Amino acid sequence: MQKYRANLMVCAGTGCVACGSLKIKETLKAEIKNKGLENEIQVVLTGCNGFCANGPIMAVFPEGIFYQKLQPEDIPFLVEEHLLKGRPVEKLMYKEPEKKIAVPKMNDIPFFNLQVLRALRNKGMIDPENLEDYISRDGYQAAAKALLQMTSGEIINVLKASGLRGRGGAGFPTGLKWEFCSKVKSDIKFILCNGDEGDPGAFMDRSIMEADPHVVLEGMIIGAKAIGASKGYIYVRAEYPLAVKRLQIAIDQAKESGLLGENILDSGFNLDIEIYQGAGAFVCGEETALMRSIEGKRGMPRPRPPFPAVKGLWDKPTVLNNVETYANIPLIILHGAEWFKSLGTEKSTGTKVFALTGAINNVGLIEVPMGIPLKTVIFDIGGGITKGREFKAVQLGGPSGGCIPRHLLDTPVDYESIMATGAIVGSGGMVVMDNFNCMVNVAKFFLEFTADESCGKCPPCRIGTRVMLDKLTDITEGRGQERDIELLEDLSHDIINTSLCGLGQTAPNPVLTTIKYFREEYESHIKENWCKAGVCKKLSTFYIDETVCKGCGLCMKKCPSDAITGEKKKPHRINQELCIKCRSCYTCCPPKWRAVKVGPANILAEAKK
Amino acid sequence: MVKLKIEDLQKIKDKHKATFALREGGYRAKITVHMGTCGIAAGARDIMSTLIDEIEKSGASDIIATTSGCAGLCSREPMTTVEIINEPPVKYGDLTDEKIRKIFKGHILEGNVVEEYALVIGSETAY
Repeated sequence: MQKYRANLMVCAGTGCVACGSLKIKETLKAEIKNKGLENEIQVVLTGCNGFCANGPIMAVFPEGIFYQKLQPEDIPFLVEEHLLKGRPVEKLMYKEPEKKIAVPKMNDIPFFNLQVLRALRNKGMIDPENLEDYISRDGYQAAAKALLQMTSGEIINVLKASGLRGRGGAGFPTGLKWEFCSKVKSDIKFILCNGDEGDPGAFMDRSIMEADPHVVLEGMIIGAKAIGASKGYIYVRAEYPLAVKRLQIAIDQAKESGLLGENILDSGFNLDIEIYQGAGAFVCGEETALMRSIEGKRGMPRPRPPFPAVKGLWDKPTVLNNVETYANIPLIILHGAEWFKSLGTEKSTGTKVFALTGAINNVGLIEVPMGIPLKTVIFDIGGGITKGREFKAVQLGGPSGGCIPRHLLDTPVDYESIMATGAIVGSGGMVVMDNFNCMVNVAKFFLEFTADESCGKCPPCRIGTRVMLDKLTDITEGRGQERDIELLEDLSHDIINTSLCGLGQTAPNPVLTTIKYFREEYESHIKENWCKAGVCKKLSTFYIDETVCKGCGLCMKKCPSDAITGEKKKPHRINQELCIKCRSCYTCCPPKWRAVKVGPANILAEAKK
Repeated sequence: MVKLKIEDLQKIKDKHKATFALREGGYRAKITVHMGTCGIAAGARDIMSTLIDEIEKSGASDIIATTSGCAGLCSREPMTTVEIINEPPVKYGDLTDEKIRKIFKGHILEGNVVEEYALVIGSETAY
């Protein structure tokens, strides 16, 4: 074995690759060779590190120094200073937003040190394309234990005792699902993995598949043994090319090494796994639609029962679990149910991965114990709201979820507590919104998505979401009427109660929660023709408060239509005839002045009167 | 590749133990070679190569070598600091190929400070 004194872990998740991390790796290798260090220092490409906002990212071990936003031109200096002379380069380190002090070590950065890694335990630690790296981190030990030392019943009992619930969104107990299927007699059974992550802003499953593909296979092997399946499919959307590539490499390696195929690890157990690429329809994340899609038909759900555990893929007993669920399973088998339950709450055990996005400083992927308060996630791990703005709401659960307002920030993140707010934990997308967002428009955005993605099979969803979208469009464009809010609420309840599958049953949630917590915004749109956030163009007029404006000229420079005039250090004015309502002036006016205001659509007419 | 058996999993894990000790932080001894301009000029690069060679030969997976800047005593370069877990650090100076091999064997593998080459035990107080 070649002995290295340092390992450079360069993130090669989709985010960092897009920021140029492969170029960084090449430059590093060249520079290390240039300095004659190639026998001392190893460069490793890893999966997503999680701190995506600051990519390209690299961690240097053994010291655990964390570098961010690397550019190829930084590399020669970095190699010379840190790798040769042992002086970590401060200017390439993370700095806390307000303090401006460099934090050298990864584990001292709040974004990392408040996390507990289970499903993501191998992120940034292994080369995802190297089977031996995975095995070195206890990989396939759990599969060996399950195949050689445990019965199907024992596996199911551990899973049930652990309290693990499906991480895809619905939160159904995994052990129970496996038990149902294990009791059905059949000549063939299927084990499926749902990697059809489709929520806007969510990338938990993609990151796991990219960073640690073998853990998905290992989880599936254990599940296959528990239910008695001999064939597995991983359903991944084709928009995740890197995940597909790394999973395929992992499958090929596992087959070659006897970890998949016939007589796995000499246990007499057989399992074959294939990837099936989905074409990207959101509804194919629903289990019955996903199975139809694998069968080669148009992805559409069907009524349940019969549940897939009895009649699933090709009418055979089938278990479908989400990527993150599988990533938890090997650890439960190795360390036991009690260990797993040591984190989380009574009914929501373990940890959950979230994708933090939106108006938040530390955009990225995190894993936290269930039950952690929302505000810890957003303000401590997430580093608070960008541009010094105010928190307004956080959207959980994607198009099936809802918006949680400021006064509920103490809510613990677990299935029941989040459900009580009207949102859902869902698969783990967390979109943070600041006070520059219009909540009616946010609801409309999600409805546009679900109305578009509705498969059209059942009328409540097909027609209902469309009618709701039309109503929301009316409200945002000034055609809202009295009673529209009540109509939206009624429609929502009807769609929830009568839709065939989860898509329709949850589609109204973003509307219901925004009405529940931000009803006054709907009312000001309808009654005052006023979008107070200035998002809905037809319902806002931008003007400058001349008593506050300092005449700094910033808005004048930003205005794309030359609608703003004024002399330096004297109050400026917006020419309403020229204003295209792009919000540039409103968003750029320094917070300490806030001279640009939003008034209702008809403010000028009112003023003239 | 041959089909793996259960005992192979452990063998593979053992084979990569050193690499993962490096990444996970599970090491027993750390040797820092001071590589300021003075250290490099005095031959610290060769000391590092020798050290890596010794670690490799020993087959140990819990010893790491790393670099740092000038230790402040430029006239005594090349220098290293040896840190064994739960013991105070020891600085060695005026190193040569032969001396570092002796230190590696005596101090790191056998646990006895090589007093004839040692400059100081403990480190400066840092605020």
